[in-house]
Amino acid sequence: MDNVDGAFLSRRVVAVNNPLLDQLPSYQTLLYRRKSSGSSSTKRRRVSRGRYGSTSSGGGTQDVRGKCAYGRTQDGPSRSTTEHRLARELPLNMAEKRRHKLQLYRDLSGWKQWRSSAGHYLKRMREEGSVVFSSMQLWRTDIHLIEGMFGTGILSYFSFLRFLVLLNFMMFLLIFSFVILPVIVAKRTLFLTVYVFVCMCSEIECSVYPPRSRQGLVVFHQYITDLLSGTGFLEQTYLFYGSYMVESIQFPSFSYSVPIAYLLCTIAYLLLSLLWIVKRYSSVCSVCVSDSFCNKIFAAWDCCITNENAARLKHKSLLYELKTDLEEERIRQKIAERSRQEKCRIYTLRFTLNLFVICVLAACFYAIYIATIFSQQIQAQVKCTCASQQYTFIVALIFEYLPSIVITMANFITPIIFTIIISFEDYSPAFEIRFTLLRCVFMRLASIGVLLFSLWSQIRCPETDCPCGYNKKLYPCWETHVGQEMYKLLIFDFLIIGAVTLFVEFPRKILVNHCDYALVKWLGQQEFAIPHNVLEIIYGQTICWIGAFYCPLLPAINTIKYYLVFYIKKVTLVNNCRPASRPFRASSSTFFFLAVLLIGLVLATVPIIVMSNTHTHTLSTGYCAHYSEHDSVSNTHTHTHTHTHTLSTGYCAHYSNTHTHTHTLSTGYCAHYSEHDSVSNTHTLSTVYCAHYSEHDSVSNTHTHTHTHTHTHTHTHRVLATVPIIVSMTQ
Amino acid sequence: MQKYFYRPSTGWHCRPIESIYMYPLCTGLTHSQLMLGFSPFSRLHGRFRELAPNLVPLDYTNNPDITLTSCLITAMPELKENPFRQRIVETFSEDGSGDLSFSDFVDMFSILSEMAPLDLKITYAFKIYDFNMDGFLCEQDVEEVVHRLTGEELKPEERKLVSHRVMEEADLDGDGKLSLTDFENMISKAPDFISRFKLVSIPCECQ
Repeated sequence: MDNVDGAFLSRRVVAVNNPLLDQLPSYQTLLYRRKSSGSSSTKRRRVSRGRYGSTSSGGGTQDVRGKCAYGRTQDGPSRSTTEHRLARELPLNMAEKRRHKLQLYRDLSGWKQWRSSAGHYLKRMREEGSVVFSSMQLWRTDIHLIEGMFGTGILSYFSFLRFLVLLNFMMFLLIFSFVILPVIVAKRTLFLTVYVFVCMCSEIECSVYPPRSRQGLVVFHQYITDLLSGTGFLEQTYLFYGSYMVESIQFPSFSYSVPIAYLLCTIAYLLLSLLWIVKRYSSVCSVCVSDSFCNKIFAAWDCCITNENAARLKHKSLLYELKTDLEEERIRQKIAERSRQEKCRIYTLRFTLNLFVICVLAACFYAIYIATIFSQQIQAQVKCTCASQQYTFIVALIFEYLPSIVITMANFITPIIFTIIISFEDYSPAFEIRFTLLRCVFMRLASIGVLLFSLWSQIRCPETDCPCGYNKKLYPCWETHVGQEMYKLLIFDFLIIGAVTLFVEFPRKILVNHCDYALVKWLGQQEFAIPHNVLEIIYGQTICWIGAFYCPLLPAINTIKYYLVFYIKKVTLVNNCRPASRPFRASSSTFFFLAVLLIGLVLATVPIIVMSNTHTHTLSTGYCAHYSEHDSVSNTHTHTHTHTHTLSTGYCAHYSNTHTHTHTLSTGYCAHYSEHDSVSNTHTLSTVYCAHYSEHDSVSNTHTHTHTHTHTHTHTHRVLATVPIIVSMTQ
Repeated sequence: MQKYFYRPSTGWHCRPIESIYMYPLCTGLTHSQLMLGFSPFSRLHGRFRELAPNLVPLDYTNNPDITLTSCLITAMPELKENPFRQRIVETFSEDGSGDLSFSDFVDMFSILSEMAPLDLKITYAFKIYDFNMDGFLCEQDVEEVVHRLTGEELKPEERKLVSHRVMEEADLDGDGKLSLTDFENMISKAPDFISRFKLVSIPCECQ
């Protein structure tokens, strides 16, 4: 009893200092009972509840009354001090507080009254808004479920993925609204003048960009190849840089320059990414000091745990954390006690192992370089001899994807090598994990750099003459080509994620569950390796940033890709993975992953800047002004509306073998070319562009226009000059 | 803002009359939460009653001094996995034995809710971790905390090492034990404390 009294004494001391304790329901109940009921029933309670007041009943009530009267009997100066404290903290009951607040309100001037009420209203609205907003968050229930089942480490991965989906979507919206949408709108409407790039005679070879769709009989699987590698029909779509021919759009009051918009959009989305990452980083980094022992001991137990399994896991993770820390201490002591001889030995060992790591990295980079060069050569070969099908479909596809395959294999093997090596280097466990991760990060990001470098070595001028600033022979439009490589990397990455889940993780789970061999049991069930998964998605995001300049729709593809990856990873997590035996410290690792993402962003900016400056940009002369290689006919149309259009080629070259074409040009521009003798093209020019030419002797073009155009057609057959002419139509 | 409150004489009301009982629980609840019928007080009484329906009367005013033993309270789903459950109920009970009356019960849920101010939480956490109830956290208290958290997996000398490190980090005045001020200082640097030192309330069937 004495012990207990002593405790109550200390509590009382604490209570008197803290007015908040008077807020407790139990205390208020006590007050209420003292006031309402008689003394007989409460006397006993007062004695035993000595912690809140003095032991004498009279004094207790007086104390209480005194406290209640605190507000009422205040005089002017002390009231002003209480005004500055939140009403919440005052030891008054609600009626007093209401009166207090009302009094304060009446004291204010009219303007301040309005301001305070507006402030309250805004605060309420903000609360409601935040409630609505948080319920609208993408995948809220899924992530909640994952957190409940697997803990905060894996939660950090999925919320990182969600962040990247949103980032990509914002990038896509930016690009769409400022670049793609104006171009689409301008092409469709009749009321805007559109200026397209002209190619001057002297530079005619440099703006050559032959239409790349397939000629002759197109086999079905070639469309699949096209889809997977971004060639063929995809080149003429909005997917690639090469098909953005528009120079500027003339609105009634101003002129919208598309190349400038394109450049500014690039800068804008890079800045947006940077700012968003930094903002997220700052909100995460506010909880940086979690390594202290005190946090691990006193704030360790999560009182929300109600599940037995979860409790067991929590105990285990706590145990693991403490054991790691003790181990760190031990190793730190051991390191401090090392003799000189041992130090020498350790350092030479580390030096040789680092050399070995560098050799491994160099070998991988060289392999990527060779693979890229080989793949480019094969592609060029295939294009030049496009009729011959010397490689089968699958083999051709493999050659196209060779760089991606080599990069993926390198990224799969090197972490295993690094993990084995680091165990010999005798570092502390935490440093081991970090250093291995650092090496893997370097490997991933540098492999993209090597790929870009090898592409650049192919694209740049050969030793012989080079009028256009780059290897025009092999790469008619190098930007599209780089875009295609990035597109291929992205697609392949996604396919690998799906394939690994389907063909490695599910069979492993089935094997572990149904096989009884010791080896299988030792292998055990899959654990969700957070660092490697995060590096995978950072790698994908870096590719997207680099490729978005050359392939404007890449962010949209990336959004869809990450959206699907979320569900794939969730399925594999729930079905195949067991909870990690080693707990993953979420806060410090989120910081690490955001830092790596920033490095990826910086890495992505470098190629864009370099490539924009070194090569003669085709931007000034037109993205890749198309022209047709064939004898062309230039058609000039005079319209009575304010149309300006180029009738040289146009965006897509359709090659068809049929005799008659009927085009409704409501879908826009098309250059038709037919191989046959008689061609009749009928066009209804409800839009603007039409460039027709035919190789044949007899061409009859009939145009019916739905607008009041008067136009003259001049067909010049067999004109060798291939100068596209801009015809500007005057009112 | 609508508030639910309990008047011992007349029972449950939901008119916006001031309620001195509901203040810590109701503060900060949004309008929408209350409109959804969130009535913590009546729910808590339901939870209290369902632990021992034959002992606790339906009407609170009848016998407000009824206490339930600690075994009943620690068997509640919110508390049954908590390694400190015995200390928690002891801290909130009047006589330190772990028998809680309804007021103590409401205290406990109130302190361990999201709405309670940080100072109150820290004060009570200090009391909970003070196993020998001397008003300070000495090394034996910290060792006991580590013991509860890890079970028998750590050896006694490892526990001593851990508690020694904790003392090094937190003991600012160097007297070999932690006072409330030291504890407050330390906890304010621990970011996980607020999010972890709370009970998630499981709705009861009777409401």
